[in-house]
Amino acid sequence: MELLSENKRAAIWSIALLFVGLFVWEISISAQTINTGELTEYELLTGAGTAKAGVPPPSEVAVKAWQELSNPFYDAGPNDKGIGIQIGYSIYRVLTGYFLAAIIAIPLGFLIGMSSVAYKALNPFIQVLRPISPLAWMPLALFIIQDSEASAIFVIFICSIWPMLLNTAFGVAGVRIDWVNVARTHELGAFKTAFTVVLPAAAPTIVTGMRISIGIAWLVIVAAEMLVGGTGIGYYVWNEWNNLDLTSVIFSILMIGVVGMLLDAAFGLLQRRVAYVE
Amino acid sequence: MANSFLSIEKLTQRYPDGKGGEFTVFENASFGIEKGEFVCILGHSGCGKSTIMNILAGLSEPTGGVVKMDGFAISGPSLDRGVVFQNYSLLPWLTALKNVTFGVAARFPDWSKQQIEDHSIAFLDKVGLSGDAIHRKPSQLSGGMRQRVSIARAFANQPKLLLLDEPFGALDALTRGTIQEELLKVWSGTDQTVFMITHDIDEAILLADRILLMTNGPLARVAESVEITIPRPRVRTDIVEHPNYYAIRNHLVQFLGKRSAELAGQTSEEGETHSPETVRIDKTQDAVDEQPILQAVKT
Ligand SMILES: Nc1ncnc2c1ncn2[C@@H]1O[C@H](COP(=O)(O)OP(=O)(O)OP(=O)(O)O)[C@@H](O)[C@H]1O
Ligand SMILES: [Mg+2]
Repeated sequence: MELLSENKRAAIWSIALLFVGLFVWEISISAQTINTGELTEYELLTGAGTAKAGVPPPSEVAVKAWQELSNPFYDAGPNDKGIGIQIGYSIYRVLTGYFLAAIIAIPLGFLIGMSSVAYKALNPFIQVLRPISPLAWMPLALFIIQDSEASAIFVIFICSIWPMLLNTAFGVAGVRIDWVNVARTHELGAFKTAFTVVLPAAAPTIVTGMRISIGIAWLVIVAAEMLVGGTGIGYYVWNEWNNLDLTSVIFSILMIGVVGMLLDAAFGLLQRRVAYVE
Repeated sequence: MANSFLSIEKLTQRYPDGKGGEFTVFENASFGIEKGEFVCILGHSGCGKSTIMNILAGLSEPTGGVVKMDGFAISGPSLDRGVVFQNYSLLPWLTALKNVTFGVAARFPDWSKQQIEDHSIAFLDKVGLSGDAIHRKPSQLSGGMRQRVSIARAFANQPKLLLLDEPFGALDALTRGTIQEELLKVWSGTDQTVFMITHDIDEAILLADRILLMTNGPLARVAESVEITIPRPRVRTDIVEHPNYYAIRNHLVQFLGKRSAELAGQTSEEGETHSPETVRIDKTQDAVDEQPILQAVKT
């Protein structure tokens, strides 16, 4: 064991934990199905028995995953689309709302970070708007925008804007005065200073904000799509729950996790690229 | 003095003292620096050396007075006045070379990329940096190497006036020695004027044509201007043999040890100007005389 690197040992542990977890899950499901036995009439009517018996073992989820992932982009009507299409819709909404937020949050964050007047003027609004649950905007958005797709995008926009805005402002305000002085002694104009000195200096903080935002956006899109319906991974989960297809529910939960992880990893990569050591 | 290359006229700096009043760092300070001169300024911590330098750099505005370069009052920073800051002046996300090209590109906007790079590499080479070190980020360089990059960046821009704020403050004695020689090498043969803050008496004697001595603050004064009567080129190990070396050194030590405190805190009459007294110590003129000759000339 000591010959193995730390990473290898950690990987062995991860795999072991995975198998133990799956094993316990599999065992407990088969024990449950045996115990189900006779159902009262009431239980049959309410469907309690069916739901319980419906929690699938990991093996079934694996089979389902295989089926879905081998044909992720099929489209057989509004209620039957491949997982790839559903995730595609969700990612499209997340990215649209997210980039709209970035376009506003980053320049505004620059302004707030550079000017304490702007900071003081905008701070009360930010403090009130920021703690509002993004889903609380949904009814208003649906009423004003009159379009469920755009409303979902708006909700993503409103939830991703705050971490980016505040981190940009924080990063810009924290740029070392010595670096700004370097720009000044080289007679750089405001834009040149912003792009060649302030932006790279604040980039690690800004990207951290962007990473937090994309995480929140991905959390929120599932809930938003459950509300607006139609398409998307959130709608898919809810729809499969209505169909009592728990295998699909569990499979899509896993997919939500995997996509979230990939989005985070992408920003992690960007974060490493803009990082610097003082 | 009024027609010096750089003329500091009645410079006054006051700051709020945090108790509703204000305190004066220095007032009506006046002195001149000639073209091509290397001037060091010595004084105790907090007397206002960095404050003067930041005003010369155009990074901060004085409460009163003007600084004229080539006869024109300065306002704001300029590429004609290069600055080497004590710390953190390199941009940490750029390599050593990119830190220099950053400055050169700002100075010579119509040069080609290749020209900018060649010029920068040449100046890095002058301060002893070449090879793969120039492609490293500041965090991967030693303190001495970082300060070399900083000096290369300032000199590569060929400013008329170079301002150095304790450039070697954070370095060990050996590294200091090497970089001081490199600094002299880059400076000599140019007509650039250098104004440098230091805490190190020997460093000042080695480098300077003239040393300005400041009294303690608040109400500090640039009290004396001591000429360094040791011919160039100067080599660290040789100048200590020169008859003027210890005479000058003793004078400086006396000033910093005693007189800087005695002369401190004098308020001045309205409109009075304070110019430093010129002090010239030259024992080579009269080697038999045991006492150093002090010629105080009011400028
Ligand atoms: N922005 C400021 N506000 C108030 N006081 C200041 C400010 N900047 C400097 N001072 C004060 O002015 C005085 C001179 O400061 P300065 O930095 O010029 O000293 P210094 O001679 O460079 O000292 P050191 O050798 O330690 O660098 C100090 O008493 C300092 O507290
Ligand atoms: Mg200082």
